[in-house]
Amino acid sequence: MFTSTTFASILPEILILVLGMLVLIVEPFWKEEKRRNVGWLTAGGLLAIMVISFLFGQPGAPTSTLGGMIRFDWLGFFFKMLFMFAAAATALLLMDNEKVGHRGEAYLLLLASLLGMNLMAVSADLVMLYLAIETTSIPLYILSGFMLADDKSTEAGFKYLLFGALTSTIMLYGFSLVFGFTGTTNLYQLTDMFKAGSLPLVTTLGTMALILVGLGFKVSIVPFHFWAPDVYEGAPTPVAGFLSTASKAAGFAVLVRLFFVTFSGFAVSWTIALAVLAAVTMTVGNLLAIQQTNIKRLLAFSSIAHAGYAMIGVVAFSQLGAASVIFYLAAYIATNLLAFGIVMAFSRVTGLEDVKDYSGLSRRSPLLGLMMLAAFLSLTGMPPFGGFVAKVFVFAAGVQAGYVWLVIVGILNSIIGVYYYLNVLKSVYLYRMPNQDEENHPIPLTRPYAIALVVLAVGVILIGTVFAPWFSWSNAAALNLF
Amino acid sequence: MNFPVLSVITFTPMVAALIILMLPAQRKNEARGVALAAATFALLLSFWVYFSYDQATAGYQFIEKYSWLPALGISLHFGVDGISAPLVLLTGVVMFTGVLISWGEFDESKHLSAGIQDRPREFFAFLFLLAGGVFGVFVSLDLFMLFFFYEIAVFPMYLLIAIWGWIQTREYAAMKLTLYLFIGSVVSLVGVLAMYWLQYKNTGILSFDMIGMEKAGFSQAFQNIWFLPVFLGFAVLGGIWPFHNWSPDGHVAAPTAVSMFHAGVLMKLGAFAALRVGIMLLPQGAHTWSWLIMLFAGVAVVYGAYIAFVQEDMKYMIGFSSVSHMGLVMLGMSTLNRNGIMGAGIQMFSHGVMTALFFAITGMIYDRSHTRQIPELGGMSKVMPFATIGFIIGGLVSMGMPLFSGFVAEFPIFMGVWQVQWLVAVIASISIVITAAYIMRNIRQVFFGPMPEKLEGHMGDVTVLDKVAITTLCLFMIVIGMFPSFMVPMIQTGVENVLRLLGGS
Amino acid sequence: MNFISTHLLSTILFFPMLSAVVMMFLPKDENKLFRWFAFVASLVPFALTLVAWFQFKSSQPGFQFQETYVWYQAIGSSLHLGVDGLSLTMVLLTTLLTPLAILASFSVSDRVKPYMMLFLFLETGMLGVFMALDLLIFFVFWEIGLIPMYFLINQWGSANRDYASLKFMIYTMGGSLGLLLAIQMIGVLFGTYDLVTVYQRWNSLEAGSMLLGMSVHTVKSIAFWAFAIAFAIKVPIWPFHTWLPDAHTEAPTAGSMLLAGVLLKLGAYGFLRLVLPLYPVEAKMFAGVLALLATAAIVFGAFGSFGQTDFKRLVAYSSVNHMGFVVLGIAAAAYSIGTQDATIALNGAILQMFNHGLSAAGMFFLVGVIYERTHTRNLEEFGGLFPIVPIYGGILIFTSMASLGLPGLNGFISEFLVVRGAFPVLTVFTTISMLGLLFTGAYILKGIKKVLHGPMNEHWAHGEHKLTEISAREIIVMVPLMALILWIGIYPAWILDVINKAVVMLF
Repeated sequence: MFTSTTFASILPEILILVLGMLVLIVEPFWKEEKRRNVGWLTAGGLLAIMVISFLFGQPGAPTSTLGGMIRFDWLGFFFKMLFMFAAAATALLLMDNEKVGHRGEAYLLLLASLLGMNLMAVSADLVMLYLAIETTSIPLYILSGFMLADDKSTEAGFKYLLFGALTSTIMLYGFSLVFGFTGTTNLYQLTDMFKAGSLPLVTTLGTMALILVGLGFKVSIVPFHFWAPDVYEGAPTPVAGFLSTASKAAGFAVLVRLFFVTFSGFAVSWTIALAVLAAVTMTVGNLLAIQQTNIKRLLAFSSIAHAGYAMIGVVAFSQLGAASVIFYLAAYIATNLLAFGIVMAFSRVTGLEDVKDYSGLSRRSPLLGLMMLAAFLSLTGMPPFGGFVAKVFVFAAGVQAGYVWLVIVGILNSIIGVYYYLNVLKSVYLYRMPNQDEENHPIPLTRPYAIALVVLAVGVILIGTVFAPWFSWSNAAALNLF
Repeated sequence: MNFPVLSVITFTPMVAALIILMLPAQRKNEARGVALAAATFALLLSFWVYFSYDQATAGYQFIEKYSWLPALGISLHFGVDGISAPLVLLTGVVMFTGVLISWGEFDESKHLSAGIQDRPREFFAFLFLLAGGVFGVFVSLDLFMLFFFYEIAVFPMYLLIAIWGWIQTREYAAMKLTLYLFIGSVVSLVGVLAMYWLQYKNTGILSFDMIGMEKAGFSQAFQNIWFLPVFLGFAVLGGIWPFHNWSPDGHVAAPTAVSMFHAGVLMKLGAFAALRVGIMLLPQGAHTWSWLIMLFAGVAVVYGAYIAFVQEDMKYMIGFSSVSHMGLVMLGMSTLNRNGIMGAGIQMFSHGVMTALFFAITGMIYDRSHTRQIPELGGMSKVMPFATIGFIIGGLVSMGMPLFSGFVAEFPIFMGVWQVQWLVAVIASISIVITAAYIMRNIRQVFFGPMPEKLEGHMGDVTVLDKVAITTLCLFMIVIGMFPSFMVPMIQTGVENVLRLLGGS
Repeated sequence: MNFISTHLLSTILFFPMLSAVVMMFLPKDENKLFRWFAFVASLVPFALTLVAWFQFKSSQPGFQFQETYVWYQAIGSSLHLGVDGLSLTMVLLTTLLTPLAILASFSVSDRVKPYMMLFLFLETGMLGVFMALDLLIFFVFWEIGLIPMYFLINQWGSANRDYASLKFMIYTMGGSLGLLLAIQMIGVLFGTYDLVTVYQRWNSLEAGSMLLGMSVHTVKSIAFWAFAIAFAIKVPIWPFHTWLPDAHTEAPTAGSMLLAGVLLKLGAYGFLRLVLPLYPVEAKMFAGVLALLATAAIVFGAFGSFGQTDFKRLVAYSSVNHMGFVVLGIAAAAYSIGTQDATIALNGAILQMFNHGLSAAGMFFLVGVIYERTHTRNLEEFGGLFPIVPIYGGILIFTSMASLGLPGLNGFISEFLVVRGAFPVLTVFTTISMLGLLFTGAYILKGIKKVLHGPMNEHWAHGEHKLTEISAREIIVMVPLMALILWIGIYPAWILDVINKAVVMLF
């Protein structure tokens, strides 16, 4: 049964495992002050894995492998690529974070979590899915609380753990109910059983709700979002960036597959529910973001809001809807990583994290200022940055599906977004440092930061201008859902 | 001859912006030099487009089409018609003059800090990004791309105003402006998406192409529902009453060149998009709602003029006069007949040049006197005679004096209104007298009044570059005024197309 | 020469403007050059006008020297020029007075270049109105003439110039607003602005048909009043005249000359060229009102003039008085259109326009001459100047007499004709006007007495304030005016012939 297709379907995961081993083996041989170089290894390795997977691991027609545990299709593949890209960038960003990045375990945990995410994207079986989710989460719990000396970090790790454990338990309960009623755990077989109406409606809706709790926690939609701001604030910034992007996208990957495939027969019910959730998520996220003074908390709430926007595509329940969600996530990953990257680079030098501390940034470091501009305008949804196109696609899908009211809610929310994102840019460009002596306080970028940030910034612009290839991949991925 | 002139025009400013950003921060003059070179290049190209547009064949010309996202029917589709070609030229002119007057000079001893002295590199980069967006909107024949460029043209405004603007109101004004425009544009966006999907439903074609969408066959009911959101959403940027409030605030806070862009071309952007998307794609809806647009525009014309009359701040005065004049553009469009739309087309160009000139000169005065309060100024004709003549010519255009472009534009607009509702024409014409009153008052006080003592001594003449800018702008106003055939036949060809879509008349 | 003979009118029209543009590029601070350049530039149109005058065939109906150029094709307006006897007379007046006004301004030394340029622009503006055979072009020049005048008053005027110039501007612009709207309406109705076409189509409109949702009658009435008010303000007819004394008094001397000499004629010309031909019915209906206002202008103008202590204001009010006769003639003609009386009245009115142009320009100039020397215009400060400046005194008396209507001078002829034509149709008004004429005599004599006669004000006789005699240049300005005054007074046929034929053919 172990054919070349099977091998291709888990090729990236195998390679990631190899890379993780390599990290484990190499790290002890390096002197302590050189251990940050593990970051180069991780990032470079991931890049190589991406290239190799792209060359040899491309899926053909969707197939099930490994006894139906894994679905080998474009949807999973595209998400995997995104995760690996995000992880590579995070690895670079970790390198100069002294408390985390100078220890090899951090990179190993990152890779472990990545492994889980990759599997989340391709799982076609509830058991596999649960395992994947836990594989993702546990390393992240540790990473969030990595800075033991830091109370906030510890608090973040603990909080994340508690919330995560609770919600995944609930989700597991949902999974077991499904299995109990149907006798199967395969997502694709479940589709037919649900469609055949072999279950009472109440039960179906109930299990759906239970599963949604777990996934809602992952993608941080209201009302499962409470952990996000505290965890983002307390966790090491690169980890927060990773949490807010890759982890969220992984949640969406599962969400899309589950709801578009498994629960496709009940679209009428769940689209309405998700539409309401999306509207609430956007609104709550944005309204709370306005009041934030800490930039990481601001980004946390903004990421909640963005989950809401992306959800519009899910609600649309169409091929374009799925494509637009995937595209949205791609743009969002690049953008938000860029934003977090800048925050890291900034606070590494200054040790400050408040929005007002960014006053005069464009004079202290014009390049950093410009990248901040790109990131925040992309979050706002302004061309020529990725966020604009992504938002238009999501809205287009919403209008197509007849959810004009939801799109209008989305629009009102992006207007709120304009307000607080621009307020950050106002600090960057307009305000000055207290003594107006920005020249004396430059913000140097180390090489890993420079590479990561420039790549991300270029990515944000590329997604926003030459959007055809990204969209056609998203579209190919979406095609696998129908 | 398949030189892709329109995309070159559109991307020249953007490329220039990138080049400028790559220069070292201290190289201020190099940044300015690159900016001027790019602006000149764009101006020459837009002249070339303007003069080689073949009026006999009319229609869309210089068409370029690159498939951009075939899956959703998005393409980079460029082309100009008789209405947009003059606007491309206008953008070229305003860009060129805007760079000239932003060059400025700095002289500590004379308390003179003209033009942009703080971070000119970023300033020109953002300004050019904006200019690229503006060009893009005028030449786009694809709705998606139109939106894309539209937003690019809007957001740099925030930065330009907030960073280089007048310190007292810039934050407030910049935010207000951005929010207003953003709301307007996304409201239109929803309408456009609705049109896009209905076209798909009706014809099975998935495309944002505007020429194709003209034939989409939207039902009367659909058009009635969506016309207002689409039209008004864009018209916000055109400063239509009662959504005009952001505009004067924005003008006052903006640095000179940005005010020139804002009033000169950005407001045209709104009016143009409202025409292109609102009226041309939803003609039945336009017929249904034209009375409301006419009402709004009529109020804007008179109300704007009156508010301008009571202003003490020169920039507020010009800002509200822009509301009044852009009201005339909307008024012309709302007539939905040949004269009215043609007049609106000319007025867009005429007002663009005129108001750019006004803001340029106001900026020159402010740089030297550090005040814009009309009562605190005086005697400028003695120190800056050249600017005085420029302002007078601009004033005459503003008043709709014959032999200047304003008359050529306003006259057909009023004729068009006569054909629809004579009462509106009569009421709107009151604005002409009010305009004359405040322009004359301003000229009298600021340029010919007694010079206040505290200004005595440290007022200098404008620079040579300023003079070049003033001359360029004035030439257009006079040439169009004296020889309407310089521009009118061109716009007529565009209007014919609009009329065809509106169904004869 | 071939070009000029085929483009005679446009050459006359645009030569001053082009000269002004050329002047812009002349070197700075060459005041003498500017003066002579402007003077010569304004002589050329005069010479060409004389050519036109002699080539003009007065018995040929219709407009002559017609030229048509594309202007604003999209709305059906073209640069259509042409003259008949009526307009040619006015063109002659304009091209004659402009060089004289420029010559009179040789004493101006403040910013000579823009000053002279404005005069040349002004000339083009005024000529355009008289030559236009297209409603829109008419309006274009009508408006554009305002600008140079505004700046001449505003920049080179005397103390109260700000107020006066703004009042002038706002009054005239406000007045022309109605004109603008009415012209637009006509344009919308016919799709063309060509006067010749509009004449025909307008009058052939059927009475019962509806236009723009209103009956033809309503439309015509509205349009009539829109035109009439615009022109009435310009003439000015009482009670719209209040801008005039201010503007005239504050304007520089040469400005006043043209203002009184030509600009006021624009209004009267508008009545003759547009109101009477386009609205004969309405004009007849409202002729009584017009006559009443004209009479009021004559009487109150005379009273107003009599009451002044400012010499220039006195002359300014006299313009109101004299222009009243023009309007009276027009009213009479409107009332009795097509009759012999109407023809006579119109002849009188048109000649009165020309005559008033000559005498008012002369009077203002003479006021200016003395003002330049004494820097006062207060009549109480003069007195007994005749012995000090006998030549000036003689000229002043001569010109005043023309203004007063002394037989043998031009004013008499025209006023007589007006009264002769108006009396049979508007007896009461004419009678009252005759009483007004009495006061004309009174104020003119008062002026002469206060300035030239009576006890001599010793202040001007000796010392540093000693009044100097009128200079040769100033005499040269006056000579053509006086010659024409006398010539028309003795032998009016040469001009009346042209006017009369035009009137007969026109109405």
